[in-house]
Amino acid sequence: MALEQVVKPSDFATEVHNDWCPGCGDFGILRTIQMALAELRMEPHRVTIVSGIGCSAKTIHYVKTYGVHTLHGRALPYAAGVKLANPQLKVLCLSGDGDGLGIGGGHFVNAGRRNLDMLYVIHDNGVYGLTKGQASPTLKLGVQTKSLAHPNINDAVNPIWLALAAGATWVGRGYSYDIKHLVSLLKQGIEHKGYAFLDVLQPCPTYNDINTKEWYGGEDRKDANSGRPLPRVYKLEDEGFDPVVHEPLEIEKKATQALEKALEWGDRIPIGVFFKNEHVPTFEERILQRVPTYMDNPPALQSIAGPNGEPRTDLTRLVQRMTFKGE
Amino acid sequence: MSKRDLALRVGGAAGDGVSSTAESFAKISARSGLHTWTYSSYQSVIRGGHVWTQVRGGLDPLLSHGDDPDVVLCLNQQTMDVHQADVLEGGAIIYDVDSVKPDPTKIRKNVRLIGISLRKKAQTLSPNALMRNTVALGAAVALFAMDFRHVESAFKDIWGDKKPEIVQQNVAAARLGGDAVKDLGGPLPLGLAYPNQAKYLMTGNEAVCLGALAAGVKFLAQYPMTPASSILHWMASHGPKYGVVVKQVEDELAAMNMAVGAGFAGVRSMTATSGGGFCLMVEAIGQAGMTETPLVAVLVQRSGPSTGLPTKTEQGDLNLALGAGQGDWPRAILAPRHPEECFSLTAKAFNLAEIYQTPIIVISDLYLGEGYRTVDKLDFNVPIVRGMMAADGGTAKDFKRYEITESGVSPRALPGTKGYQFIGATDEHMESGELISDVLAGLPEFVEERRKMHEKRMRKLDGLRKDSPPPEMWGSRNADLTLINWGSTWGAAHEAILQVEEKEGMKVNSLEFPTIFPFHVDEAQKLLRGVKQSLAVEGNYTGQFARLLRAETGYKPDHFYGRYDGEPFASRDIADKILEVVA
Repeated sequence: MALEQVVKPSDFATEVHNDWCPGCGDFGILRTIQMALAELRMEPHRVTIVSGIGCSAKTIHYVKTYGVHTLHGRALPYAAGVKLANPQLKVLCLSGDGDGLGIGGGHFVNAGRRNLDMLYVIHDNGVYGLTKGQASPTLKLGVQTKSLAHPNINDAVNPIWLALAAGATWVGRGYSYDIKHLVSLLKQGIEHKGYAFLDVLQPCPTYNDINTKEWYGGEDRKDANSGRPLPRVYKLEDEGFDPVVHEPLEIEKKATQALEKALEWGDRIPIGVFFKNEHVPTFEERILQRVPTYMDNPPALQSIAGPNGEPRTDLTRLVQRMTFKGE
Repeated sequence: MSKRDLALRVGGAAGDGVSSTAESFAKISARSGLHTWTYSSYQSVIRGGHVWTQVRGGLDPLLSHGDDPDVVLCLNQQTMDVHQADVLEGGAIIYDVDSVKPDPTKIRKNVRLIGISLRKKAQTLSPNALMRNTVALGAAVALFAMDFRHVESAFKDIWGDKKPEIVQQNVAAARLGGDAVKDLGGPLPLGLAYPNQAKYLMTGNEAVCLGALAAGVKFLAQYPMTPASSILHWMASHGPKYGVVVKQVEDELAAMNMAVGAGFAGVRSMTATSGGGFCLMVEAIGQAGMTETPLVAVLVQRSGPSTGLPTKTEQGDLNLALGAGQGDWPRAILAPRHPEECFSLTAKAFNLAEIYQTPIIVISDLYLGEGYRTVDKLDFNVPIVRGMMAADGGTAKDFKRYEITESGVSPRALPGTKGYQFIGATDEHMESGELISDVLAGLPEFVEERRKMHEKRMRKLDGLRKDSPPPEMWGSRNADLTLINWGSTWGAAHEAILQVEEKEGMKVNSLEFPTIFPFHVDEAQKLLRGVKQSLAVEGNYTGQFARLLRAETGYKPDHFYGRYDGEPFASRDIADKILEVVA
């Protein structure tokens, strides 16, 4: 899959006009996706990116791979269909928080049960941007962003907890203004064997005036001595956090510490890898048990007809067996 | 004159083994060389309630599961109470003499009562009396004077080669029932000469699966829903041998989206459901229309509205299929009449889906989907046409995924093909796939672009119409009355026509539509020109097809006969209706 020649982020750029608001956190996610694919030396035609609906979903128009801009909430099952049909493709799936955790919440839970080898990224800004700033499933209880008439009456789901409970085997969180770190997370998520979920904190400069770039960066609380901001976002790895399940007996311990870390919010917001467990068979491996040719000759690549359109599937014996097995 | 057909009705509570007993008898009937047709009346319960299955066998091709049976096999008292009056003169009732009591005042004359100690006899072979059904089945086989060789063969079919002891025990149990009949007067004097040339036996749903396999399907995503679930079960059992990935998913939203995603990746992909599930799929099927992705959706109808009667039949989802999804998008709706067409039209649907890069709906119903029918011949050599691929002729440099063409079909590229990367979008888009929905919407140039793109997609309807089977007129020329029908109603309609032609000397024919949409307006109008008087027969309240016919051709059927009580059409009811409207 990897290329020998140098691959540059610009190899993944398109000339499509970008219509995000200035300062949108999505720019950081776009840039890091292009960088991560280039650093992993991916061939553009072997990558398919599936998105839902919303500002996040527009990302794929700016990345020169195969892609589908699908329906609100349905990117995950669509991406699963692409991957199942051709497991030789590298599949990424992009959603917003409303897209992935509200209307698409059922699919979020069920994706964890499958452990398909793909990366799912949620652009997490707490609001429905494209429909003018309504509260999304990740906006906290009592928070009133500028387009809300009243403080949020619902509480937020915790994407990290939900992903862990659903069975995601790699769970991470990034911040769209920490480019280098986010590239590293994307690369790890793409390379993880199994279903990886990456929550990306992504300020919406137009509608979320609470969880802003300045708020994440701690501009409102400066160190008394140095006068420097005290960022709310910190990196798990800087504190020696080890998310890896090194052997199956460790699953409980590692999941518990991930859940504990995922509760942190407000003054200290962890980013990095919360959990990584490669001891669960991927869905591809499970299919391989039933269809031994699955990886080498996957559904989308099987030849179903001869040169003159004659079918390659011979059903004579099957129908004989189905009908007259006992004869 | 000796009879040319027979019918056995098996009844009991859910969990009694009614369907397996009836299925065994259907297999025995098909092995005896009879054309065979079954109908199961069952309920949405796991245990208890009252369920029955009728198996009809005939020396001539059958058109329905028939009316009153020759033999009723009662696995409980309720079956006796409900069905004893239906048994034809000269027939018989099989029951457990130790626990079930017939009411002779309700039974027609000359019906034999075959009371056997079913449970006690079964207990001589195994203490739990599990095989009492098999004892009764053996009695039925003996009453119909069928060859016991077929019993063993049918059991091998069911239990396979892996459990020879179960097959042998059941054969022994059936023999106990057969021997009991000898002591109770022997076979019925029906005089059927069995050809003993085995015939294929399958349900409409199995025929759909075979058609899909023959056409090269390699992906099925489905959520269980009666009466479409057997497609999932069958494909899960048989698909993997043919490299098919079968995925049971979390809901019908996922089923359709996953199937579309797989189609985008280039595999022949399908999903199947019933009305309620199809409701959840409508946004995603429209997505496939907009992104020009091939897909086959099988809609096996049951009684609605809403949850309706999950185990009962109806043809009430035609409007749903016609109107599924917001906006206009090109689709074809094919309506098989019998298992042969479940096979051939499903296979055809895969070609149409790829040639025209759009969803094709195959619409059947519970009666057709779940009933067993014998099938004379299926042509497995279905031609496969995969449609226009960019890499076959064009170059990557000037590739436009949604190029505007006269046919409306644009060159397709599959993920993994070097240099042809594109973005498919459910938003309106340009030939390249780039959006015109956002910052370009409403600008004069893009108002025009949108119009052209929409027209391009919709032009596919012309090709779909040309490549789909036209309406057919069956029966007499210059008929006094024409029945207008679609789908599984075909059989009862033909049978009713044969009845009134024989008994009343009338001339009636039948106008049928294997393709519902795109509507074959010219062909329909041509056939309608010779119609003197018409009766639309369909399994719904509003006459969904009759309304479509009127909308497309301006022709209003003179009479309408709708059935919406959950039961399939009975030929004698259609015959009565024919007499009523012609008189």
